Amino acid sequence: MSDTSMSRQRRPISSYLLRRPKVRLLGLLALPMTWIVGVYILSLFLLLVTAFWNVDPFTSLVSPAFNLENFRLIFTNSAYIATSIRTLFIALAVTTVCVVFAVPLGIFMAKIASPRLRNALAVAITLPLWAGYLVKVIAMRLVFTEEGFFNWLMAPLGIRGPGFSIPIVILTLTYLWFPYMALPVYTAIRQIPPILFDASSDMGAKGFVTVYRVVLPLIVPAIIAGSVFTFSLSLGDYLAARFTGGSTQMIGSIIAANINLNPPVAAAYSMVPITFVVIYLMVARRTGSLERM
Amino acid sequence: MLCLLQGIGFRLARPSQHAVRVLFPAFTVPLQRVGMSCLAGNCTVWRPIMRISPAEYSFCVAIIEIRHLAKTFGAVKAVDDISLDIESGEFITLLGPSGSGKTTVLRMIAGFEDPDGGTIHLNGTEITHLPPFDREVNTVFQDYALFPHMTVQDNVEYGLRTRKVPKAERAEQARQAIASVKLEHARERLPHQLSGGQRQRIALARTLVLRPKVLLLDEPLGALDRQLREEMQVELKTIQRDAGITFVFVTHDQEEAMRMSDRIVIFNEGRIEQVGTPEQVYERPATKFVAGFLGSANIVSGESAQKLFGHSKTVSIRPERIRLKPSSYTPTPDETALPVVVNEAAFIGANTVYLVDTDHGIVLSISKTNEELLGQDNRFVPGDRVLAVWRNSHTVVIPA
Repeated sequence: MSDTSMSRQRRPISSYLLRRPKVRLLGLLALPMTWIVGVYILSLFLLLVTAFWNVDPFTSLVSPAFNLENFRLIFTNSAYIATSIRTLFIALAVTTVCVVFAVPLGIFMAKIASPRLRNALAVAITLPLWAGYLVKVIAMRLVFTEEGFFNWLMAPLGIRGPGFSIPIVILTLTYLWFPYMALPVYTAIRQIPPILFDASSDMGAKGFVTVYRVVLPLIVPAIIAGSVFTFSLSLGDYLAARFTGGSTQMIGSIIAANINLNPPVAAAYSMVPITFVVIYLMVARRTGSLERM
Repeated sequence: MLCLLQGIGFRLARPSQHAVRVLFPAFTVPLQRVGMSCLAGNCTVWRPIMRISPAEYSFCVAIIEIRHLAKTFGAVKAVDDISLDIESGEFITLLGPSGSGKTTVLRMIAGFEDPDGGTIHLNGTEITHLPPFDREVNTVFQDYALFPHMTVQDNVEYGLRTRKVPKAERAEQARQAIASVKLEHARERLPHQLSGGQRQRIALARTLVLRPKVLLLDEPLGALDRQLREEMQVELKTIQRDAGITFVFVTHDQEEAMRMSDRIVIFNEGRIEQVGTPEQVYERPATKFVAGFLGSANIVSGESAQKLFGHSKTVSIRPERIRLKPSSYTPTPDETALPVVVNEAAFIGANTVYLVDTDHGIVLSISKTNEELLGQDNRFVPGDRVLAVWRNSHTVVIPA
């Protein structure tokens, strides 16, 4: 008796799903699709739509209409163009500085450091991720402020920091996003078989040539993966510029300033970094690196 | 020193690969082996090379001199006071079980490991602590170590590029090197698109194109399957002979070592046990380790040796040198015959391996070629009382 009751338990839902793969797929994707379509795509779409509306100059109310006035503004007004270019430059600079720091550090960690030191460094690199974003920005502000740590330290040498300006913004953003570059680069270098270093030096290559001809080509996918983060996160940032940039304005700063006064202009302007990122991703995709993320 | 002795007439049991010198260099008649049958290891046919380039006169000089080399990893003495001369143009094999220090010695010659003590000279110049890129030796690695992001052509050009060879010239040299290993059609492929044997050939071409004085090979055939390995053994040997490059070959495969080498260096626990031609190390093992490591051997010592041979030295006799004869057999004066009982007979294809007990309770292993089909052959079965017969000259007293 117990035999039949054990083995013949009916599971109506399971057997229904087993026979209907489409229903099964729907069950699997229901939640993620709600998230992506309902929240993510929809809000972006609304943003795009808003970009074509305008603000009534008398009432300051947003009125739905279709016009390209906002786009004309951001593509002709020199302040908007200059800010776009400045932001692009800052994002590229942050990415470059991250690469320049991450590659030697990765080589050291992966190939030279003792296992203990390697683990300590891995923790040290990821540690900033555990602190709040604003905490780090304020920390940089304290270091580089007029009476701050940097000027105090360098005073005996007669060196003064640049004050709050573009270089400090680049430095702050590098500090914020460096782990996103350092970790993939370190992992990629660790995966290079040590014997390739032996082979390279065996065939007459000194350290620098080996790095240039063997290490760099092999970690390009990791660098591109890391740069997607450093580049796009830098493009969208505005708090670093606000707290450590002095008068420096980035795309984010202008959007933040317009978001209450003139939402359609803010919406139109926010298309600029999105476009930059899309172009960047398309270029990165052509190199075939995104598949390895 | 060995060469000097050779030069004035003290010939080695087997001539070194290219040359046997007679009294004056003018009369030097280098010998070359004839035919591929040599690779089976039983070649005795030698043919004089009549045209000799001036470079060939330098054959009998030690190209690498290793003195008191030592390397310690943590508490392990990986290499313990090793001295060795490697002659120019020879194929020398470092053979030993894993962990015996053979690879460490190779890596110290290449410059990947820094010795703790001792010296290495290449062509008379000390290279003990030079970095790998300053040494005129090249290495073929076990896992090939091809650069995965470079085409075959770029891999082969790599060393030429670091030497700043002009572009057109290095492309041409690389093309020739790739052609010499018969892979012209694969020049634009990436390493992962090649088979194991093809990768091995490219790894070889990549080093040969640099014309090294010495080529170091670290178990280069270890990752290949048996058939391919045997093909590559022939190919390697041909390349070595044609290019006249000194090969230092590391392997743990004794058959491979015997097939290919002019001389074999046997390593154990960081020390050299014996250096000699394949015949020397097999027929005249200098130590108990060598006797047991190469092929199989009946090693008898102490009390057992006292009973069998009347002295207590260590004696080795190969299983294939003992014959089993019916009890009626009368030994010749230079033979020893011992009554034994067959304990076990194992058919292993080409041979039958017998384990027999002597009256003293000593077990001997005997290998007999199966020349006939079963039944047409007088094979023995367990329980048979027979005679184990060997020629006295086939026993080897091991000095150490």
